[in-house]
Amino acid sequence: MQKDSYDSSRRDFLKKLPVAITGSAVALSSCSRQEIDEYLQENFRTLSSAEKKEIISNLEKKYSEKYGKKFIVSAKPAIDNTLFGYALDLSRCIGCRRCVYACVKENNQSRDPQIQWIQVLQMEKDKGIDFMHSDVHYDPELVPEEGYFYVPVSCQQCNNPPCIKVCPTKATWQEEDGIVVVDYDWCIGCRYCQAACPYGARHFNFGQPTVPAEEINPITHYLGNRPRIKGVVEKCTFCIQRVREGKYPSCVEICPVGARKFGNLLDPNSEVRYILKNKRVLVLKAELNTQPKFFYYFGV
Amino acid sequence: MKFLQFFVGSFKIISKGGKAYYSWIIFLFLLLIWGGTGYIHQIKEGLILTNMRDSVSWGFYIGNFTFLVGVAAAAVMLVIPAYIYNWKPIKEIVIFGELLAVTAVIMAMGFVFVDIGQPLKFWHMLPFVGTMNFPSSILTWDVFVLSFYFLINLFVVTYLLYYAFIKKEYDKSIVLPIVLLSIPAAVAIHTITAFLFNALPARPFWNSALLAPRFLASAFCSGPAILIILFQILRKTTKFEIKDETIWKIAELMVYAMAINIFFSIAEYFKEFYSDTEHLVFWKYMFFGLGKNDELVTSSWLSVILGAVAFFLFLFPTTRKNFLTLNIGAVFIYLSVYIEKGMALIIPGFTPDVLGQIYVYYPSITELRTTVMIFSAGFLLFTFLVKIAIAIIFDNYYLDSLGTKKPVPSEVERITAT
Repeated sequence: MQKDSYDSSRRDFLKKLPVAITGSAVALSSCSRQEIDEYLQENFRTLSSAEKKEIISNLEKKYSEKYGKKFIVSAKPAIDNTLFGYALDLSRCIGCRRCVYACVKENNQSRDPQIQWIQVLQMEKDKGIDFMHSDVHYDPELVPEEGYFYVPVSCQQCNNPPCIKVCPTKATWQEEDGIVVVDYDWCIGCRYCQAACPYGARHFNFGQPTVPAEEINPITHYLGNRPRIKGVVEKCTFCIQRVREGKYPSCVEICPVGARKFGNLLDPNSEVRYILKNKRVLVLKAELNTQPKFFYYFGV
Repeated sequence: MKFLQFFVGSFKIISKGGKAYYSWIIFLFLLLIWGGTGYIHQIKEGLILTNMRDSVSWGFYIGNFTFLVGVAAAAVMLVIPAYIYNWKPIKEIVIFGELLAVTAVIMAMGFVFVDIGQPLKFWHMLPFVGTMNFPSSILTWDVFVLSFYFLINLFVVTYLLYYAFIKKEYDKSIVLPIVLLSIPAAVAIHTITAFLFNALPARPFWNSALLAPRFLASAFCSGPAILIILFQILRKTTKFEIKDETIWKIAELMVYAMAINIFFSIAEYFKEFYSDTEHLVFWKYMFFGLGKNDELVTSSWLSVILGAVAFFLFLFPTTRKNFLTLNIGAVFIYLSVYIEKGMALIIPGFTPDVLGQIYVYYPSITELRTTVMIFSAGFLLFTFLVKIAIAIIFDNYYLDSLGTKKPVPSEVERITAT
């Protein structure tokens, strides 16, 4: 994995500060100049910390003006000695889709056209985990239905991600803490990653994404839930804006039956490690050698 | 300076023509405008105007791209038999084959361009200015080989036509190595394009080692089919000379390609249907439909039947040497491969999707209009290029034609004289 230039040393920042200030002053004085800068903006991973800072302050200003709320765009890097992992208890999940909507809200997914990072599949108990006989559009009065179980699928945060391998522009990569992220400004929208992903975890902004101003979440991360643009790919980031601040992903928090567990795989005392040690876990499509960090298990 | 005159001359050639020529150009322009306005709409609203969605994330555009890469590859591969059998108009076959290749590559790249969500940011995948994911991403390989292929073919045709224009003997030691180089390059562009799909274990439908060989075999069928028809049109309407025997020889070579193509297909069908694993579902969707979802069944069988009929028309000497049945066969095999690459390659790869869901895809009106835009632009370009080539090679249009006109022996006469 490529070591990131995140470590913005103070001295480096101070040295480039004048450049940054002049740059932003020029950028602010003329709108078209900023548009040109945005167009010429480099891959996030090749930007200097000063450039990142400038870009982020411009974004915060832009988003705050657009939505009438004070926006925070964090670029907080991975925490040392952290590798995030997820575990989902298939025997508890009732298929209520609360996680789907909590995720949409937290991560500012487009409401029209609709984008949802979590897809919940209804499967027949006598067939086991079988995608070909699953249904994502189940719609009964009450869940769970007799004879069915539910498999929520989002990004499996593979350790060997096929999406990254195929991306022609290096617009998507795996962070030090194992989260696969997308640079929305660098993605060209070729959708090769969508074809490569075995889990349908990548979603494309076919139209202009829209989120009503009153529903927008202004606490964002640059590589996560900041407002997206048309024509680029997005995906689950384990709520990067939350987990790097020590919080749980919003799907974990909302789950009414406690089916979702999250933690640091490098911490022997974490809940995920407990599950890996004491339960029988499985990963989806193990034969593809994607090595997911998202585990399914039967807790009861 | 002379090179500038070559451009001026070329421009003069394409600006003059008969009634039929002008009506053809105007017809193509009207189609271009109709298609182009559809594409402008897509730029404004986004790819939401296509029927592609997360389940079926590639569609008609990428199908056309794949087909045209095949046309580009096969057009140049005719050079091999032209040398081996020492066909008389080798230079002409090379020139028209490469003009077709140049046009097809431009059209193929056009289809990629209209398919991406942020077309203006395509530079992100270029070396040096962007962060090209080379060698990991097969798409970057495809950019390299397609650009390389485009440049060498463009160079050869420009070089040959320019030297004919200034009435100088071209240097064989320059042209021949590049023409020979273009043959493995032709194999490379279609192989890499097949690898683009082959590289995705998430899509079992494409994850077959036979994919690249099948691509090449089918391209060898469709590409020469276009040239067979083109040569006949040129022979009727211009001074272009090509013997019946040469056309029949091309058709005979196509029979081998068709037989190999059918053999590869049968090998693939056998493996999938006899194994009857969960991967069969895509083939079932393609040929028999899944439940009430039988959208592709008609066109898939149509492609198979057209291919089979064309094979038999080409196989028997009586129908191969009859120009009516030969041309029917050429059109059939062209259509067969076009349907196969345009729809039956891409759509079943995504249907059902990776989570087993079925999204019914068929091209939207915007996709059809954008496709018409690229095809009419391609036909327009090809018409111009062919017209320039004909004027220079057969109608003795050259440097002095720009100024005073005096009769000199034509290129053909000069070649036959030597």
